[in-house]
Amino acid sequence: MKHVSEYRDARLVKGALEEIRRVVTKPWVVMEICGGQTHAIVRHGLDRLLPSEINLVHGPGCPVCVTPLEQIDRALAIASLPEVIFTSYGDMLRVPGSGADLFSVRASGGDVRVVYSPLDAIRIAQENPEKEVVFFAIGFETTAPANAMSVLQAEALGLRNFSVLVSQVCVPPAMRAILGSPDNRVQAFLAAGHVCAVMGYWEYGPIAEEYRVPIVVTGFEPLDLAQGILGAVRQLESGRFVAENAYPRAVTLEGNRTAQGVIRRVFMACDRKWRGIGLIPMSGWGLRPAFETFDAEKRFDVGQIQPEESPVCISGQILTGLKKPEHCPAFGTACTPEHPLGATMVSSEGACAAYYRYRHIVEPAAATQRSG
Amino acid sequence: MCLAVPGKIMEVYGSNGLRMAKVDFGGVVREACLEYVPEAKLGDYTVIHVGFAISLLNEEEAQESLETLRAISELSPDPESSEG
Repeated sequence: MKHVSEYRDARLVKGALEEIRRVVTKPWVVMEICGGQTHAIVRHGLDRLLPSEINLVHGPGCPVCVTPLEQIDRALAIASLPEVIFTSYGDMLRVPGSGADLFSVRASGGDVRVVYSPLDAIRIAQENPEKEVVFFAIGFETTAPANAMSVLQAEALGLRNFSVLVSQVCVPPAMRAILGSPDNRVQAFLAAGHVCAVMGYWEYGPIAEEYRVPIVVTGFEPLDLAQGILGAVRQLESGRFVAENAYPRAVTLEGNRTAQGVIRRVFMACDRKWRGIGLIPMSGWGLRPAFETFDAEKRFDVGQIQPEESPVCISGQILTGLKKPEHCPAFGTACTPEHPLGATMVSSEGACAAYYRYRHIVEPAAATQRSG
Repeated sequence: MCLAVPGKIMEVYGSNGLRMAKVDFGGVVREACLEYVPEAKLGDYTVIHVGFAISLLNEEEAQESLETLRAISELSPDPESSEG
């Protein structure tokens, strides 16, 4: 596949890794923001191919992971209503709320449907005028243009039975929250390529300068990731702190202006809570008042939501780069992808789920068998 | 979740007032909305996320990055390079 296979060329990846080894002289902590990148890094074992000076830590860029528990509980309550068809991206179905998940709501008779695109939810609303169709509009800036378009389409088509449960979050405020924390150890960021395809990377220059951290816009294939890390290491070693673009085939400085215009028309900045991290001021988007008739939170009264998080889970420290999955006593024992205790295990793109899938420590029983 | 894959635009048409396309992802063809890439035309490669094209791939930039990376890999003293 063009624009993919060239970036999996082992010889070029090796060349970029050699160059990193040649350039690096000191230990550095580099955070990749995006869960998709975490997944690719762990799957291809890139972190283990890097020189020992480079410590890659995994960021909060998995929207499924950071969607707050109360919003999931609210989704579960709305999805259980008899008049509702609840539509969602597939990743959200097994994310546990305080009690159940969307799969179990479906098993108990709720009409929960997976959609590939928000436009599928629009079509379901057109085909089921007697039902209330709710779309779970979660995501980062990458997903916002699609989610926003569903609201504009509902308005254009005069759909009165369509609404969205919004949980939109944004990368730059989370970066600032991590960098501003007294415990911060992140010295450079790989910015999420597809977030930047939409938003551009002009927002990152001031962050790089203010906190003196290199920020490198990075793609998702092994060569893209190696190139992004090389860019970060070169800046760190030479004492430069700028936003640079290592994914220029898909990203421009200004981003997708058309998409940004639609996002601004439908959404406005608001405070958002991040699962595992807590409230980050003005870190997300909510519907503008002009579109509040499409707001599922206003349309359905599901009473007071009182979420309960696991006290054992350390996902907040993982999402901010302070710890890694293997530092958690529950990892792979009390907490597994089948029974996740918190944010970073709930989605396949969460750091704990990626470590579990690709690096799960051999079970003691299996180890005994092998040695015997 | 922010997984987005490049695909080639095979067919362009309108649906419900939106500009849509059939996009080929290395053999698998799916529908995508082109509203955010108004300049897109048949044969272009575009990055698709949750059914929406969010960016057109820039061929020149792609070639330039690959050239830079090829130059790096040729310069690096890799003892195994003779095998490849």
